[in-house]
Amino acid sequence: MPDDSPNVNRRRFVGDGLRAVGAAGLLGAAGAWAGRRGQATDMRWQIDPDKCVACGQCATHCVLDKSAVVCKHAFVMCGYCDLCTGYFEPQPLALDSGAENQLCPTGAIVRRFVEDPYFEYTIDEQLCIGCGKCVKGCNAFGNGSLYLQVDHARCVNCNECAIARDCPSEAFCRVRADEPYLRKDRNLGQ
Amino acid sequence: MTRISSVVFIFVIWAASAGAAVAIERFPPPDFTDHELPTTQVVPPRADAWQIADAWFLVTGLGLAGYFALVRRSRAGLLTLTVASLVWLGFFREGCVCPIGAIQNVARGLADPTYPVPYGVIAFFTLPLVAAIFFGRAFCAAVCPLGAVQELVVLRPVRVPRWLEHALGLIPYIYLGAGVALAATGTVFVICRYDPFVGFFRFGAPVGMLVFGGLVLVLGMFVGRPYCRYLCPYGAILGVLAKLARWRVRITPDECIQCRLCEDACPYGAIEPPTVAPRAATRPVARRRLVYALVALPVLVAAGGWLGRQLDVPLARLDFTVRLAQRIRAEEQGLIAPVTDPDAQVETEETRAVDAFRSSGRTDGDLYAEADMQVARLGTAGMLLGAWTGLVIGAKLVHLSIRRRRTDYTAEPSRCVACGRCYRYCPREQVRLGLLQEEGFATAAAPGDIQGDRRP
Repeated sequence: MPDDSPNVNRRRFVGDGLRAVGAAGLLGAAGAWAGRRGQATDMRWQIDPDKCVACGQCATHCVLDKSAVVCKHAFVMCGYCDLCTGYFEPQPLALDSGAENQLCPTGAIVRRFVEDPYFEYTIDEQLCIGCGKCVKGCNAFGNGSLYLQVDHARCVNCNECAIARDCPSEAFCRVRADEPYLRKDRNLGQ
Repeated sequence: MTRISSVVFIFVIWAASAGAAVAIERFPPPDFTDHELPTTQVVPPRADAWQIADAWFLVTGLGLAGYFALVRRSRAGLLTLTVASLVWLGFFREGCVCPIGAIQNVARGLADPTYPVPYGVIAFFTLPLVAAIFFGRAFCAAVCPLGAVQELVVLRPVRVPRWLEHALGLIPYIYLGAGVALAATGTVFVICRYDPFVGFFRFGAPVGMLVFGGLVLVLGMFVGRPYCRYLCPYGAILGVLAKLARWRVRITPDECIQCRLCEDACPYGAIEPPTVAPRAATRPVARRRLVYALVALPVLVAAGGWLGRQLDVPLARLDFTVRLAQRIRAEEQGLIAPVTDPDAQVETEETRAVDAFRSSGRTDGDLYAEADMQVARLGTAGMLLGAWTGLVIGAKLVHLSIRRRRTDYTAEPSRCVACGRCYRYCPREQVRLGLLQEEGFATAAAPGDIQGDRRP
């Protein structure tokens, strides 16, 4: 049976007061901190293309079976080379789309003739596994227009990103969700 | 074919100088006459509105959990909510962000002013704590997706011996300290790294994570909620706050008839039997024990702090910058062969990091300075962690030395997750629900019948 003696009532009243103060304090502290340092937008993982060395770990270290990292192409930077070092193996037998000539292990790069002598390369992101082989090739000899990005359609935004943890160049960073991509051509005024 | 051979030559150069992606315009982009450049397609992430939806789910869930557990006393309601939380926060939202992991974001945000913390994370961290002050571990009851998984697999729980329960019960506090220390120094989010179930929520994870989760689940069939009781750092905070809770789980709706039926109902070992009045002779012993424990407390804190201070080197091994600096330093001193020819040696994560560092243009001195600062930071963090561990153990000893008086079977608020299993075990609850007749029951449970022989 509930005890209604004055002592118990007083203790309960004081307890309720302290609880209210505690709750207000917690919420107030959280609110004040949020007001000063928090932000409304969520944070997402992204790769800084200027730091990325295309080591290939993105393809294997993501918690997803198919990595959330895919290759993007900054078309304004591309040289549209016939002999694309992001597309072809180091010693291609011929400059055609034969699988033995392609660098991409999944054939995710589509090579299309534009006008002599230019070819356009587009990424089929459904096939891309984010291994960065093409990025490495393009950086080494081309204009560096291919780069790796976290694809937010796939990324589940782990609080502790498994790729970021092991990224050798610390290229992974958290960016605001309203600007979730770090495009390589972002400084070119596109 | 001359072009192809020149490519071979270029690739030899490239192989020797794998470096960071610096855009160089080696081939000026052509000016096409009648070809329009495609645009780079990017998919935006999930809208921020989901954050608000999550916060609403959390608030509603906490309210409903409290209502079902304490007002309606409805296990069915709690189970429904449990499944709903599992579906929403677990499978639909894929387990991130949860309050357990948010501990680290908050710790990191407090330690590092440049680290951004979204409102949603702050809300997820704070709201369950506020709820705990008023109605205990309502969050654990039916909102937490990790708790929900374990809640649903309890098959045949065994009773964990009290000494083991007390000993293992210390781990969450120490884990909490370690999680905060490592997150605040920006080393690793260890709590997320060893999250047991996030892999299940996403239908995919590294093998180690899935095995760990599977083991926790199998264990969870026989030991109720092993993660919540013996690991969960957020549960530790909630447990402390739940001791102050205004409304608690009362096993019986009105009066306890000391029938002991509820004792076996709790799969989580949260129900405490009534205390037995101590014999007069034992009182001085108990008092002396309390004095010893109080004296031991500062000693333990100091010893823990000293031991923790020695942890800077092992802790630093977890840190990327420190590992990289050690490797570079060793290479400079000629202890390890430097990475010069990528083809000659097997690439490892370490050599890749060295490669990346070499091509980043930063000087060794910068790296060493940063690493030394990080070691110093981890030394402080280690000392605080050690002192915290000492405090946890000392406080436990004091806690065990204080005698409490309980006249009824009660659900210990810091351990009770308000799952609602015990309610139906109580004959008084059965009477309240009209499942038992008051009179017939009253004679059967006359005080002398049950109490006399069984109680020690």
